[in-house]
Amino acid sequence: MRIRAEHLNYTYNPGTEFAVQALKDVSLTIEEGEFFGVVGHTGSGKSTFIQHLNGLILQPSAQKKYKPKKPKKGAPVPPPSLLHVGDFDLLDKKTDFRALRAKVGMVFQYPEHQLFAETVFDDVAFGLKNFAKEPLKGETVERAVKDALETVGLDYAAIKDRSPFDLSGGQKRRVAIAGVIVTRPEVLVLDEPAAGLDPLGKRELMSLLHRLHADWCKTVVFVSHDMDEVAQNCSRVAVFADGGVKYTLTPRELFSRFGDLEELGLELPAAAKVARLLHEKGIDIESDCTPDGFADAAAAYLSSLRKETPAQPRDGEGGQA
Amino acid sequence: MRAISFEHVCFSYGGEEGAFSLNDICLTVEEGEFVAVLGQNGSGKSTLARLCNGLLSPHSGRIVVMGTDASGSAADIFEIRKNVGVVFQNPDNQTVASIVEDDVAFGPENIGLPREEIGRRIDFALRAVGMEDYRRATPARLSGGQKQRIAIAGVLAVMPKILILDESTAMLDPRGRREVMDVIRRLNRENGMTVLLITHFMEEALLADRAFVMHRGEIVMRGTPREIFSRADELETYSLSLPAAGQISRKLQQKGFPVATCLQPEELAKEIERCASGQNI
Amino acid sequence: MKDVTFGQYYPVDSFVHKCDPRMKILFLIGYLVAVFLSADFYGLAACAAVLVLCVAFSRVPVKSVLRSVKGVLFLIVFTAILNLLFYRGETTVVIADVPLRWWIFNITVEGIRFMIFVMCRIFMLVMISAVLTLTTTPVSLTDGLESLLTPLKWIRVPVHALALIMSIALRMIPTLMDEIERIMNAQRARGADFSHGGPVKRVKAIIPVLVPLLLSALRRAEELGDAMEARCYTGSRTRTRYKKLTFTWRDLLLALLLAALIAGVVLMNVYLPPIL
Repeated sequence: MRIRAEHLNYTYNPGTEFAVQALKDVSLTIEEGEFFGVVGHTGSGKSTFIQHLNGLILQPSAQKKYKPKKPKKGAPVPPPSLLHVGDFDLLDKKTDFRALRAKVGMVFQYPEHQLFAETVFDDVAFGLKNFAKEPLKGETVERAVKDALETVGLDYAAIKDRSPFDLSGGQKRRVAIAGVIVTRPEVLVLDEPAAGLDPLGKRELMSLLHRLHADWCKTVVFVSHDMDEVAQNCSRVAVFADGGVKYTLTPRELFSRFGDLEELGLELPAAAKVARLLHEKGIDIESDCTPDGFADAAAAYLSSLRKETPAQPRDGEGGQA
Repeated sequence: MRAISFEHVCFSYGGEEGAFSLNDICLTVEEGEFVAVLGQNGSGKSTLARLCNGLLSPHSGRIVVMGTDASGSAADIFEIRKNVGVVFQNPDNQTVASIVEDDVAFGPENIGLPREEIGRRIDFALRAVGMEDYRRATPARLSGGQKQRIAIAGVLAVMPKILILDESTAMLDPRGRREVMDVIRRLNRENGMTVLLITHFMEEALLADRAFVMHRGEIVMRGTPREIFSRADELETYSLSLPAAGQISRKLQQKGFPVATCLQPEELAKEIERCASGQNI
Repeated sequence: MKDVTFGQYYPVDSFVHKCDPRMKILFLIGYLVAVFLSADFYGLAACAAVLVLCVAFSRVPVKSVLRSVKGVLFLIVFTAILNLLFYRGETTVVIADVPLRWWIFNITVEGIRFMIFVMCRIFMLVMISAVLTLTTTPVSLTDGLESLLTPLKWIRVPVHALALIMSIALRMIPTLMDEIERIMNAQRARGADFSHGGPVKRVKAIIPVLVPLLLSALRRAEELGDAMEARCYTGSRTRTRYKKLTFTWRDLLLALLLAALIAGVVLMNVYLPPIL
C-alpha cells in the first residue's frame, strides 16, 4: 500500500489556549515496499504524523461528528488536504478504520509495556481475534500465532503457554511485535523500536525488521533518533522539524547536508561527522554514511590517490587495496 | 581517598543463579575519578549501582564507600547515601514534586537541613545543571533531557561526593543525551565529582578515565577506554561493539591502510587526512 | 492533549497566587459557609461580587475557570431539574392556558426562582474551588492542608507521611494520564474497541488497558521508592521543610474580605425583604 499525504495539518486542542499545531502542511509519499525512515527530534510532529497512518489520530473531517463548514467569503482557501493509505481515504469519515488498522500495524515505543494476557499465546492472538469479522477456527489462530512467534525468532512450543511477564526484556519485546504482525499487516510502522536495548539487542532487532520487510510486511516505516541506525537501514528518510517535512531524501543525500541537519538539532552519524571534517580540509568522500560504506569509500579514495602517484616508493606498505 | 571499593563481592537476587547475580567483584574507584561500567542489559551493572549506596546489600564480601562500610548499621547507610547520589534511568520515576524547586529540595529536607541552607543548595544544584531558569517550572512539561538534569540537580542538592548514573541516558533522545553528558563531564572536571557512569552507549565511555566491562555478573575487562576499545574482538564476545568511528578505522586497517584505531570522529578525520597526504607525497 | 483543567495549576503571578495556601483553604471553607448562609439572592450577589474579585485578581483567563464548570455541568442541570419539578410552590406556571402540572410534578414560579438560586449556588462553589486549584500548586495545597491538619499529630495521625503521599499522587497524575493514552493507543492499534458493545463487552475491553497500567504503576512505584531512598528519605522526624508558609498582608486582606462577606450575608438575611 502506498502512503500519500498532501497538505496535511493537525492541531491539538483546537480553539483553546493549549492549542498546539503539530503538523503544518505535511506532504509526503511513501511507496510500497520501502524501508522508510522518519527522523526529527521530540516535538517535531513525527509521532503525530505516524499516528495518522492507522487512524489513531483522526483529522477533523474523519471524525463522526464532523460537519463541513461553509468557507468564509474572502478568506484564503487553503490547499486541499489528502491522506491515502492504499485505497483508504483517511480524511473520509465513512472509511472503515478498523479494516485499515488490520492492514497497518503499529509498534509503539517500549511495546512490551502493553502486554496484558495470561499467556504469550493469548497476547499474540489478541489482535487477530479483534480484527476477525467472525469467530476464527482454533487451528487458524494457532497457525497464525505460531507463524508470528517463529518469525520474530521465538520457539513457539516453548513459549506459548508461558506468562509474558516472566520473559526477559528482549523476549517481551519480540512477543509484543509478534502481537502486531500476527494480522499480517501490509505496512508496519515502528516508533523507536530499539529504544533502551543494548548494542546486541539493537542489532538483533534491526535484522528482525529486515526479515519482516523481506517476507512479511511490504512496507516498513521506521521512526528513530539514532542517525546511525537510519543510515544503515533506510532506503529513504523524511526529516521532520517544527511540524513539517523539511526533506525527503536518501540517507546518502541527507547526510551530505551536514549543516542543515545540525541546525535541526539532529545528531549526525559518526561517518558523516568524519566526512564533514574531511570536507572542510578539501577531501570529499561520498558514502551512505554507514561505517562499512564509509570505510569502503575512504579506502577507495585513498587507493585512488595511490594510483595517481604510482612513482611513490610507498607501495606495499598498505598492501594492494 | 578511595571513593568506592568492592572486595570479593557476591550478590544474587532471591538466590537465583544467572543473569542478575554478581560474582566475586573487586574494584576500586578513586576520589575525583570518572569511571565507566559497560555491559549488556542483564550483565549486573545496575546491581552494582544499588550495592554502592545500600539499596542492596552483598551476600558476601565487603563494600566500603568513602570510608564507611556499606553493610553496616542504618546510620552508616544513611551516611553513605549522603555521599553517593544515584540518578536512575527513567526521569519520570525520580521526581516527587510537581515543581522543580520543591523536588530539588526533597533530598536536603531528608537530611534535615535548615531552610536557608536548602535554598542555597537549590540555587547551587540548579546552576550546576544549567536549569536555574526553571526553578518554578513543572517537571512534567519539560523535555526528557531537562527532566533528567532536574533529577541530577535533586541528587546534587545533597552534595554527594560520588555521582552514580545508572543508564541515565538510555531513555533520552540524542539531544537530551548530550545535555546530560555535558553536565556530567563538567561536574567531574570542574567540581572534582567522582563519577561512576553505567551505560551501554560506547561513545559515552570515551569520556571516562577508566572503564570496566561486565558480563554475566563478572568484570571481564578493565583499563582505560582506549585500552578496552583496542581489544575489539574480545569486546565483541561480550556483545559490545566499538563506537562507529572505531569500527571505520578498524575496517580501514583490515583493508591495509595505516590508520591508528580512532574512537572519535575528529581523530579519525585527522588520521584519514594524514593518510591521504602521506599517499600524496 | 487531554482536558484535565480541574485541579491543574495555572502558572502566572498574581495576588491570589501569592496568598498563603492555608488562608486560601480557610477562605474556601468560609466562602462555602457564606454561600450556604445566603438565604436569598442578595447574599448570593455579594458572594458573586467576591467571586468576580477573586477571578479578576487571580489573572487566570475566565475561560479556563469556566472550563472546570463543564465537568460538573451534568450535576448542575440534574439538581436544577429536580428542584424545578419538586419544589413546593404555590403559583403554577401557565403557558398558553395550560398549567404545567402533571401527576406529582408541579412547575411553579417559586420553583423556577429556587432552581436559579440553586444553580447559582453550585456554580459559585465550583468556580471558587477552581480558582483555588488554578492558583495553588498541588504541592502548596498539600502543604497548606498538612499545616492546617498538624494538630492531628497529637492523636497520632501521620500527617507528614500523608501529605507526602498526596503530593506524589498529584505529581503522578499527568504521567499516568499520558500512560493511559499510550496504552489505549497501542491496544486500539491491535483492534481493541473501547466505544462499542454492551456493558460486559466494554468492561472486558478495559482489561488490556488496566493490566499494563497497573504493572507500570507498580514498576514506577518501585523505582520511585528506590530513588527516594537513594535521596536519603527515611521518613524520620528529623526531616525539615523548605517551604515555609508565612501569612502576609495579602492574607490579612483576604481574611478581612471573608469576614466582611459573611457579616454582609448575615445582615442581608435579616434586613432585606425576601425575593424567594
